[in-house]
Amino acid sequence: MIPAPFDYVRPADLDGALKILSEREGEAKLLSGGYSLLPLLKLRLAQPGLLVDLRDVAGLDGIIETDDDLRIGARATHRQIHENEIIRNRYPTFADAAGGIGDPQVRNWGTIGGSCAHADPASDWPAVLIASRARIVCRSSAGDRVIPSRKFFLDTFTTAIAPTEALIEIQIPRRGRWTGGGYTKLERRAGDFATAGVCTVVVLDESGRIARAGVGVTGVAETPFAATDAEAALVGATPSDETFRAAGAAAAAQSRPAADIRGPVDYKRAMVAELTARSLRTAVGRAKAWS
Amino acid sequence: MMTKHVSMTVNGEPKEADVEPRLLLVHLLRDVFELTGTHIGCDTSNCGACTVHVNGQSAKSCTMLAVQADGASIRTIEGMADGATLHPLQQAFWDQHGLQCGFCTPGMIMQAAWLLDQNADPTEEEIRAGISGNLCRCTGYVNIVKSIQQAAGALAERGAAPVDGLAVAAG
Repeated sequence: MIPAPFDYVRPADLDGALKILSEREGEAKLLSGGYSLLPLLKLRLAQPGLLVDLRDVAGLDGIIETDDDLRIGARATHRQIHENEIIRNRYPTFADAAGGIGDPQVRNWGTIGGSCAHADPASDWPAVLIASRARIVCRSSAGDRVIPSRKFFLDTFTTAIAPTEALIEIQIPRRGRWTGGGYTKLERRAGDFATAGVCTVVVLDESGRIARAGVGVTGVAETPFAATDAEAALVGATPSDETFRAAGAAAAAQSRPAADIRGPVDYKRAMVAELTARSLRTAVGRAKAWS
Repeated sequence: MMTKHVSMTVNGEPKEADVEPRLLLVHLLRDVFELTGTHIGCDTSNCGACTVHVNGQSAKSCTMLAVQADGASIRTIEGMADGATLHPLQQAFWDQHGLQCGFCTPGMIMQAAWLLDQNADPTEEEIRAGISGNLCRCTGYVNIVKSIQQAAGALAERGAAPVDGLAVAAG
């Protein structure tokens, strides 16, 4: 499969890339690792006039923790995230998600920013970012815009990024005491996109009840979404299998799966319920161990 | 359509070409540089038959543009043997019957080489996870795993020489 013709530039820095995006608004598309965009180009589902390769743009792949946030640069590869010490020690949910994306070659080159900007309805990162209430930083020549993850994924392959903006950073609220997360997905075969995937994040109060909850679901709607009914069912509840099942039922009810080769609608809803419960078991276990 | 000039090191040799930006790396390697050991299987980033190393990292060359590899150091299956002496991975695939039709083999070997570069003594589980992006439709994974295990042992015996010595040296 051969992509339609396009022109290609590799600017030396971010300002250069943003200038091109402004000058060629609507015509230019950013290229990061390429593992989302190249397949679309080859299928001719995308036919941009100009590709702006970010390969030479330095400083966009850092992973740091500040007093407020975990900050992941947009060009950090899934592998860099998976292997990062801060992520491994303090954000195991992110390590789990990163290590389960695609296959080793995909993780060597694919980036978190590219994956989020692509917004595949079954991709992993959106569920994790939504559950974590992450913020997504987009930059244009006019300045930065910080978009809550829950307002970022608008529809299939559609995000809140403007044509003149580049996604530059993901900001995740710093993990506090009694906080834990879990990401559980079902794959039909190794390396496949998720049939369904659920990320949960819980914060426990001193009595052990769930004070705050985030539930992000992928693969079972036109775009990954926050299962707000499941979150409402969790807040104030004491963690138990019954609580987890109730949240799972609520998440399943909020899903809008389509029947396809990965299964019929009823099956996918049942998987969302089960995956939610399993993810919550992990999240609560991690929260209890994080005093 | 405007072309771009690209230059890169392939198996230690400098190469250059004028290419359309839409040319895929695998087509540059096969059709322009005439290195047809790298195979095109699914052409959809799934099967891994086109796996090569780009700056020491395994990549699916059907999912990378030739222009993205401008300035890079590339290693393909043709860069594995030392003259008439097979690379330990090639020898192991031969000894352990790690192939039937052989179509997936160049990609398997390049991915296995990358894996052993990261982890010189992988468990069976780590080998299976490491080649999860490479499909063998003859269902020969059992012998492929044995082959990689044999090669890991052979490389350990050979000493501390890195598997991907060329890419390390050039990169």
